[in-house]
Amino acid sequence: MNTIRSALTIVWKDMITEWRTKEMFSSMFVFILLVIVIFKFSFDLRISNAALLVPGILWAALTFAGTLQLGRAASLEVEDAHVDGLLLAPVPRSAIYVGKALGNLVFMSITELIMLPIFSALFNLNLFQPLILLAIFLGTVGFASVGTLLSTMAAYSRAREVMLPVLLFPIVLPIVIAAVKLTAGVIDGGTWQELAVWVRFLIAFDIIFLAISLMTFRFVVEG
Amino acid sequence: MMKSIWKAGPLLWLSALMIITALCLVFLYAPTERTMGDVQRIFYFHVSSAWVGFFAFFVTFFAGIAYLRTKKRLWDIVGHSSSEIGIVFTSMAVLTGSIWAKPTWNAWYPWEQEPRLILVSILLLIYFAYHMLRAFVRESEQRARFAAVYGIVAFVGVPLTFMSIRWWQSLHPVVFASKGSGLTPPMLWTFLFCLLSFTILYFVFLIQRCRLSILADQVEDLKRRVLHE
Repeated sequence: MNTIRSALTIVWKDMITEWRTKEMFSSMFVFILLVIVIFKFSFDLRISNAALLVPGILWAALTFAGTLQLGRAASLEVEDAHVDGLLLAPVPRSAIYVGKALGNLVFMSITELIMLPIFSALFNLNLFQPLILLAIFLGTVGFASVGTLLSTMAAYSRAREVMLPVLLFPIVLPIVIAAVKLTAGVIDGGTWQELAVWVRFLIAFDIIFLAISLMTFRFVVEG
Repeated sequence: MMKSIWKAGPLLWLSALMIITALCLVFLYAPTERTMGDVQRIFYFHVSSAWVGFFAFFVTFFAGIAYLRTKKRLWDIVGHSSSEIGIVFTSMAVLTGSIWAKPTWNAWYPWEQEPRLILVSILLLIYFAYHMLRAFVRESEQRARFAAVYGIVAFVGVPLTFMSIRWWQSLHPVVFASKGSGLTPPMLWTFLFCLLSFTILYFVFLIQRCRLSILADQVEDLKRRVLHE
């Protein structure tokens, strides 16, 4: 109980920080617009039906935006040793991890909610379908869970901007593959029987990544 | 004291002898495969290198857990050394596989057809990232902790990638089915012998590489002591 309350307090702290500065959302919004426009025009020149590429472009954009957001959140914490304050607080390390991961999940979800209407409009395709939303949610849970762990490590290293994608992308690949397949399946009008396997995969990957990050996070921040 | 434990000595000679014997077996004893011809002979070293690659990454994973539990510098050295050897052997598996694939599948690296090739590319990328992480963290105790954590996460992530790719391309050609490998007894014996020789070679490399790190630590220690005097 105490763990959950402490975790929620950390999420609340991050929300207030963001509300006062509005740094992350303003930069994220511009970044996403740029990514969508670049993809749209670079593919439109060659391929007549760009909608075919939507699952791939959507997940590439989500991955890039998510990585930026994770990196920013972690370096804010490590810069000026803010994280030491958190570590001194009388809460278990797992609560800090859960709070940080939840915060990342909330921020990434809000960014995605801003992104989806723009995506739907520019590619002329309705992405507000329950299964696509489920794919995005499950994909983001997995991404945020292992991303919180790896972005904390990257923040402590030199060249952190390069380090995070290098560490993160090969690890989250199974989540991206499963999410792209699920999204593409929904757009192609697949039945639940065909798509259920990817939903199960995503849930399993999320649980595995969450468990392993929860177990190893305290070793990253200690010392 | 340290030297006596970390000298490969007899193991080194044993592995040299075994690798030479393995070469003789591959080229003189094993029969020529009917459809693929002589190019199939690369299979013995190819699968052995791939096996050692995976085994080496498993050792890195194990050493990571051991390091986090005991905080002994030696486990960090073992994990680091093993991941380096793993990269070398996995690259060897990729190279030998390409040499085999060109005449057989008429492509050097047909990774859109064979999920194992994607897996191996990801595997190499992950362990390159592992080494980058080590290079970019300055403080040695922190570096050991981060490397251990990444070694664990990486080893858990790899099978998941394999599963998702397997499902994604369920039409890939199965090169060697799990039941009935299609190997005649002389081929099987040659193969098992190569596997054993490569595994022993791995341990020789591991011991030598760990010894190198221990000696480097000692040099570092001496340097610091001289500077303080």
